[in-house]
Amino acid sequence: MGVTAVLLPHGVLVLDEVVPSGDGFLATVPAGGSLRIVDLEGNQAADTLFYDAHDLDNRYSAMDTVREQQQAYLTTGSQLLSTDLDVLATITADTVGRHDTVGGACSQESNVIRYGEQHRHQHACRETFLRWGAAAGIGARQLTANINFFMNVPLTSEGGLTFADGLSSPGAYVELRAERDIVVLISNCPQLNNPCNGWNPTPIQVLVWGPA
Amino acid sequence: MTGHDVPGGAAWSFRVRHGREMRFTTLANGANVSLLLFAADHPVDRLNVPDTLKAQMSARIHPPMVLMSDRGLALASVTGSSLDWHDALGGHSTERHVTRFGPSSYQQDRNDRRLSARTGLLSELRKHGRDRADLHASVNLFSKVALSGDGGLSYVEGHSVAGDWATLRAEVDLLLVMSTAPHPLATTWCPAAVRVEVTDAPADDASRLFRDESARALAQSALVWA
Repeated sequence: MGVTAVLLPHGVLVLDEVVPSGDGFLATVPAGGSLRIVDLEGNQAADTLFYDAHDLDNRYSAMDTVREQQQAYLTTGSQLLSTDLDVLATITADTVGRHDTVGGACSQESNVIRYGEQHRHQHACRETFLRWGAAAGIGARQLTANINFFMNVPLTSEGGLTFADGLSSPGAYVELRAERDIVVLISNCPQLNNPCNGWNPTPIQVLVWGPA
Repeated sequence: MTGHDVPGGAAWSFRVRHGREMRFTTLANGANVSLLLFAADHPVDRLNVPDTLKAQMSARIHPPMVLMSDRGLALASVTGSSLDWHDALGGHSTERHVTRFGPSSYQQDRNDRRLSARTGLLSELRKHGRDRADLHASVNLFSKVALSGDGGLSYVEGHSVAGDWATLRAEVDLLLVMSTAPHPLATTWCPAAVRVEVTDAPADDASRLFRDESARALAQSALVWA
């Protein structure tokens, strides 16, 4: 894995929050500001959505992002595109090497499909998105295919897809620069049924800086 | 049987009752159908491409996969196809992709005016009282974006030819919204017409027997009609 960490000048630190697994995070990052997500204990999935702060329907689009850059994995230099093909944010540092945006978020309903009815009432990312997103006007219509920072979902030339052990390690982080005013919505994934969290969901740290 | 030929580069929307089968047949080479699916009685319950792919461990759409919704229903089963790869990663074209082929206007081109899948899908969505918030990742029938081991994506020219087909069985009452604009990564403007026919679905257990996940999604939809 290519490991890149390009430290950029930061503005004033405006937020420094530890988000336990199963909880969410919602913040607005102004254009030119930075966001860092730290995988404190390693092997944790941070399910993340981005929105144009002034037009929620101009939201992160996984398919537009991977198609325009002809690359399914995200890492340093990846531009996160919106449905209108605007650049919402750019990944400016990444100590992991690649992140998933094809695997989506867990939900109570998808847990039933993947693991059986007995898992319906386990906590899931979609519920976290709906609970934390409501304050910003983000409801079910506004949810979309997300980024899974720190998650490893290998795709094969035969068209296969698997969930594999993470490439992340304690203290690994990803950093982004907001290219316009954006709303960031994170679910720190509570999934217990696959290796996306190393079978043990753990806290993440989220830091936000104003424009440098 | 009832059917409709959708010209290349056009958009259309239609409702299908559960238990019916839709047959899409290409009428020229290089066709693409950017397809959105919604549960007809519940507009926010729509095709969820990531959930569909991860539940069935696939990065492409092929028979006998089940197309799944945000709320965990089987919306449709892919009961058959002449192709084993339909694109699920490429999204649909926007006006930026279409203007690569030069200016186009109704005044100049009449009904051959070039419109993107996005414009066509939004027009159809608005007829049903929906809008940009309801746009989601499409499936692109008859198109292939190949994957390399390092995550690279590359469009495959000439993946489909005239006569290629795919059949979907509606597992709940559906609203389908589709565009026959070329795939966003297509290097030429080559819109191809597609025939859509709706018939009674023959009995077919292939999707139910495909994977436990597919069977559980179908069971959730069967509950709707129990």
